[in-house]
Amino acid sequence: MTANAVPANEGGSFGHLAGEGLDATHGVVLYLEDISVSFDGFKALNRLSLSIDVGELRCVIGPNGAGKTTMMDVITGKTRADEGSAFFGQTIDLARLSEAQIAHAGIGRKFQKPTIFEHHGVFENLELAMKADKRVRKTLLSKITDEQRDRISDVLGLIRLRENSKQVAGLLSHGQKQWLEIGMLLMQEPRLLLLDEPVAGMSDEETERTGELFLSLAGKHSLVVVEHDMAFIEKIARKITVLHEGSVLAEGSMAQVQNDPKVIEVYLGR
Amino acid sequence: MTRLYGPKGWMVLGIFSALIFILFPIVSLAVPPDSPFFLSQYWVTLIGKIMCYAIVAIAMDLVWGYAGILSLGHGLFFALGGYSMGMYLMRQIGRAGQYQSDLPDFMVFLDWQEFPWQWWNTDQFWWALLLVVLVPGLLALVFGFFAFRSRVKGVYFSIITQALTFAAMLLFFRNATGFGGNNGFTDFKSIVGLPITTPETRMMLFTFTGFVLIATLLLARWIVTSKFGRVLTAIRDAETRVAFCGYNTVHYKLAIFTLSAVICGVAGALYVPQVGIINPSEMSPANSIEIAIWVAVGGRGTLTGAIVGAGLVNYAKSFFTQAFPEYWLYALGLIFILVTLFLPKGVMGFLQQKNR
Repeated sequence: MTANAVPANEGGSFGHLAGEGLDATHGVVLYLEDISVSFDGFKALNRLSLSIDVGELRCVIGPNGAGKTTMMDVITGKTRADEGSAFFGQTIDLARLSEAQIAHAGIGRKFQKPTIFEHHGVFENLELAMKADKRVRKTLLSKITDEQRDRISDVLGLIRLRENSKQVAGLLSHGQKQWLEIGMLLMQEPRLLLLDEPVAGMSDEETERTGELFLSLAGKHSLVVVEHDMAFIEKIARKITVLHEGSVLAEGSMAQVQNDPKVIEVYLGR
Repeated sequence: MTRLYGPKGWMVLGIFSALIFILFPIVSLAVPPDSPFFLSQYWVTLIGKIMCYAIVAIAMDLVWGYAGILSLGHGLFFALGGYSMGMYLMRQIGRAGQYQSDLPDFMVFLDWQEFPWQWWNTDQFWWALLLVVLVPGLLALVFGFFAFRSRVKGVYFSIITQALTFAAMLLFFRNATGFGGNNGFTDFKSIVGLPITTPETRMMLFTFTGFVLIATLLLARWIVTSKFGRVLTAIRDAETRVAFCGYNTVHYKLAIFTLSAVICGVAGALYVPQVGIINPSEMSPANSIEIAIWVAVGGRGTLTGAIVGAGLVNYAKSFFTQAFPEYWLYALGLIFILVTLFLPKGVMGFLQQKNR
């Protein structure tokens, strides 16, 4: 962990964590209930129910096609649920918000394939992601303040890209791009981070550092990590949710999940 | 100041201003016609026309080069600005037309007794200026709203903008639409009371066009160097990421598309009094494609490139259409292919790479 990492907060003080708009008084930041989504008759999600606590780090695993990415699409407004409800905190109905509004409300998302602004510098990437008034007129006249520069500099340190701050983002290594995207999420100051395969294509050392970073973020933020890399999951997991055919198959600690007969059947074949 | 251009950039701009505002007026008006330095009306009109095209190219570059929206209907916005100005110029003719009527000749010819509703107030110059901005602007706003909200992107957007300009062309071809049918407007006599064909008036229009070109360039430069401009480029490169960062990308695309349309309208309004004619062929799909070619030749995403591209292609066009009229379209096609193959970043992109 670097010296200027965000201090890990214990997820207990909900009053402090609840920002404007987000009412997480019951300790739940995300609540999905009976969500179903189908594409041309294929049920990608089938009455999926899931809740994430404030400050929690949740790992989601499951075989291909289990609905992990679709679940993230529903949470971030990219796909609309056919049935069921998705709430951010107690009051924010995600089904009624656009992608941009959901991002504003405090949900940040990292894609499977790193998506950054390839033609902008690393610094500009973070600047664009930074929490600010993002309406057209405000953006046209916006000037960066010293305070904002400091925040960008902090995140640059956290994602270990301070030396690359002037470099064009498209020239970063794959692992660095993943880190930059995580940094962009952090600039948004989200309450909930959705991370889709964050360590794909990273070296062992980078994977290690990513794990440390996530553990340090948990508490201050809530995290949902979707990964295939079981070694990585094992390192960071506190609570694991196993998805299968669009619904929750099992939930619990690593040991509980590994010994669950239903999970063994799905993973080892029948 | 320093955000827009470095000292070298400002110097180039200064030289360009000196040419437009000092040298050209002198060699066109003060130098006697038999002097070798005399600049004939042919050149004044040609350069003035190319400057109008350069303004359009900057507008096109803003939406295509920076925001990644390839509009193939920008000729329509240009023509609408031209028609808005054209209506005023037709009213300026007054009773000096062939039929000596208050109505323009084509209306007398069609046996109309009074002006149709769309000609209301068009004898007022301020109203014409308002239309120049509002007509292309509102059309772009409404059309863009539906297109961007429905997430029409890429080649689909290009095709529907082609359809839009084609539909408008068919509409303007009809006599009943009230804009002179396929003949459009011509035979203008005066503008704000000044006779339109005198060298003095022409030079006035020329310098004003130069002023608008420089102003447009600086405005565009200010936009693309702002955070707003960086958001536009980000939309071009990774639109979903921009949305997930909390930006409403529809508003951003709509803002730049509408501004771009307004700039085209202004360019059209400057073009018509200098060239002396506007007709529906300006709305032909090929015209709009040509605008995209100017920008591609000059270099997408470099504003000076847009100006250079508009200048090069149009100078080549005026040369070819005089020397070998039947080969111009082949030459244009060849230029486009060569640029795509060998200068994918256009002339300016190539020069910038060389300087690095």
